[in-house]
Amino acid sequence: MFREGENENRIPSGCAISGIFSKKGERISGESIIKSISVMHDRSNGLGGGFAGYGIYPEYKDFYALHIFYDTQAAKDECEKYLERCFEIVNLSKIPIKKTRKITNEPLIWRYFVYPLPVRLADSHLDEDEYVVRRVIKINSEIKGAYVFSSGKNMGVFKAVGFPEDVGEFYRLAEYEGYSWTAHGRYPTNTPGWWGGAHPFAMLDYSIVHNGEISSYDANRRYIEMFGYKCTLLTDTEAITYIFDYLVRRMGLTIEEAASVVAAPFWSTINKKEPQEAERLKYLRNIFSSLLITGPFSILLGYTGGIMALNDRLKLRSMVVGERGDRVYMASEEAAIRVIEPDLDRIYAPKGGQPVIVKLNDDVKI
Amino acid sequence: MVHSDLNKNVGDKENIMPINFIHPEYEVIRDFNKCIKCRVCERQCSNEVHKLDPDHNIMTADDSKCVCCHRCVSVCPTKALKIVKSDHTFKTNSNWMPETITEIYRQAESGGVLLSSMGNPKPFPVYWDKILINASQVTNPSIDPLREPMETKTFLGAKPNKIERDKDGRLINNLPPQLELTLPIMFSAMSYGSISYNAHESLARAARELGIYYNTGEGGLHEDFYQYGANTIVQVASGRFGVHKGYLDAAAAVEIKMGQGAKPGIGGHLPGTKIGSDISKTRMIPEGTDAISPAPHHDIYSIEDLRQLVYSLKEATEYKKPVIVKIAAVHNVAAIASGIARSGADIISIDGFRGGTGAAPTRIRDNVGIPIELALASVDERLRAEGIRGNVSLVIGGSVRSSTDVVKAIALGADAVYIGTAALIALGCHLCRSCHTGLCNWGIATQKAELVKRLNPEVGYTRLVNLITAWRHEITELMGCMGINSIEALKGNRLMLRGIGLNEKELEILGIKHAGE
Repeated sequence: MFREGENENRIPSGCAISGIFSKKGERISGESIIKSISVMHDRSNGLGGGFAGYGIYPEYKDFYALHIFYDTQAAKDECEKYLERCFEIVNLSKIPIKKTRKITNEPLIWRYFVYPLPVRLADSHLDEDEYVVRRVIKINSEIKGAYVFSSGKNMGVFKAVGFPEDVGEFYRLAEYEGYSWTAHGRYPTNTPGWWGGAHPFAMLDYSIVHNGEISSYDANRRYIEMFGYKCTLLTDTEAITYIFDYLVRRMGLTIEEAASVVAAPFWSTINKKEPQEAERLKYLRNIFSSLLITGPFSILLGYTGGIMALNDRLKLRSMVVGERGDRVYMASEEAAIRVIEPDLDRIYAPKGGQPVIVKLNDDVKI
Repeated sequence: MVHSDLNKNVGDKENIMPINFIHPEYEVIRDFNKCIKCRVCERQCSNEVHKLDPDHNIMTADDSKCVCCHRCVSVCPTKALKIVKSDHTFKTNSNWMPETITEIYRQAESGGVLLSSMGNPKPFPVYWDKILINASQVTNPSIDPLREPMETKTFLGAKPNKIERDKDGRLINNLPPQLELTLPIMFSAMSYGSISYNAHESLARAARELGIYYNTGEGGLHEDFYQYGANTIVQVASGRFGVHKGYLDAAAAVEIKMGQGAKPGIGGHLPGTKIGSDISKTRMIPEGTDAISPAPHHDIYSIEDLRQLVYSLKEATEYKKPVIVKIAAVHNVAAIASGIARSGADIISIDGFRGGTGAAPTRIRDNVGIPIELALASVDERLRAEGIRGNVSLVIGGSVRSSTDVVKAIALGADAVYIGTAALIALGCHLCRSCHTGLCNWGIATQKAELVKRLNPEVGYTRLVNLITAWRHEITELMGCMGINSIEALKGNRLMLRGIGLNEKELEILGIKHAGE
């Protein structure tokens, strides 16, 4: 199977994105997000669709949920041997699917709930997350035919080659419930036909759906790869996912600060701020200058307890945000919001570079 | 003993064999119908090429003294002059070229080392010219710099590898000292001595106006120029000329010069004839003595010694100024740079083998070192592979000739570039490569008062500002084409480049694909 990145070809793409979030932590069926993304059918071309759901595995919420594609049984055997060496596997199963004529050539799709073997973890002198990240990168870059496409706790990514509504049906997402969902329909400018190339991209519980093509890609990639990430797929979205993982989890920036790194305010804007705020923004732009993202993008970053919508600094991609009660909707087009919530309290288009961050209410426990 | 590569007519000396006659390389062509015998060419030529023949009332020219600097051509009011390359020839030979033969004649006569100035003129590959730049189409919009902000601000200096917060969770500014530039171009090191007072004043004023930096070279800092300190990088080189506390304090950054692209591995020599009172004072050496910079620093014999000098300078400047270490691009430049990146330096500057010089042994200039494009690519890649690219900024020089060279350098991985030759050309230099004679007709590479005054600093600084402003326009246009609206998103963005006519190894070293891939 032609795998993106394998022949060092980079794949640009246009896209549709959508997201739903309940601030009260109410569990929303996957059906809504499928309905929302399906409205934007024409923004994808059938070469990739996917979803991320948060709060979908409450019974296994303390375990890392690994979703893995296998091209062959041999790849599965090899990968499982590796998993057994690194992790305690508390549950494994095929991810339930519904066979349809619209989704074909599926790989083997497996799900594992795991935690790091305590002795191996202690020997590694790493924290749990970093331990998992390194294993995931190793599998993805070294075990041929195996690809971990989801690795967070109490969340999961589901993606395939196909139109997003068909992908949702294929994965039977109507049977899952979560407080936060993101979705993606892909319009790549060539035909890789590889499942791993669909969105969302995820690392631990950070997942990204992305519409756009970033012009800073290689500057970002070459910088982030200094820290052990390997952008094997050569897609923008993969690099953006790692950037957020690096900035938030490893450097300890807040989501807001990370947003002001990747979509930094213009110097002319910074110069107008209060001195203390100007210094803070200047500091972030200076030390993380190689992680500034230019070119058109609209992204939804999902993470445990929150979601962020962010546009590039010039707003070269459409994105609107709607609110109704405790629900927040974010999508490439207003129609994708209206179709599931016609009666909105508020709807607006965030400015370029202005992050919209929505979190669970403080009293909510997932 | 040294021997200049200036043409020297020795044929009229009776005691010398005629074998030593070297036919002039360039000929002065005068249109006698246009010549009005105003004799301005005669007055303006410091090489004494032009003369009025009073017997025949006609202007004559001694071609053998002509260095092809175009001063006479430029000042001639009737445009009666031009300089052409002589068609005089040796018997054609692809191995023994005329230049090689005449150099042997010169050395056979003098027993001296051949001297040259400015950058390597030999036909080595210029990789800048074999690299093409990308533009956006369809999937990614290009950006109009006339409509959208286009940012070129650049910071140079080490970046911390972790953030810190105060007890309230606010970010603490833990940045080491930085240089802030409005665009990633600086004027490279040229000493007062190698170039004139007026040239220095032009550079200093332009740097201040542009919000960038110029570099003193190793000739000290004239007291008149302390006022430009905020835009000045001072150099500490092996001769330690003009280095004292006030000098270090005056500057925005301190550069340790370990090597120079035009002459890696050797020092410098400013002849005593150029050490007048002002230069003697600035360099802190007696008038009329030769200023000799040794090949190595006498206190640096390895990387650990360099580290000591880096920290000595940081101590002396209370850790308030970035320290730059400048090296020549040589074969194992990546390993050397990696060592420097771990020795406390904030910025590494690398000078390629086409970099300029006020004087260098010809053989060294033309044969030692490597092209800056390859050096830059391998250093940037090496520092990234070792995860220490953030420890230092990378500034490169050694023949950056245009805004596209700047864009290609940044995309290969440089933080900023140094320009020297291009700046001098803006000041009027015609690249006659005769700086070492001290007779620069354009008032740049000379200390003769009557020549220096030909360079008006007011005009000179304006021309430098114009040049960089023009380049800024071009850089932002090119960025807009690529859909990039801030220069940091271009840094190291090698996918924006493609090679043309390069072999696999060259592409591999440059880290770029071939056009069409």
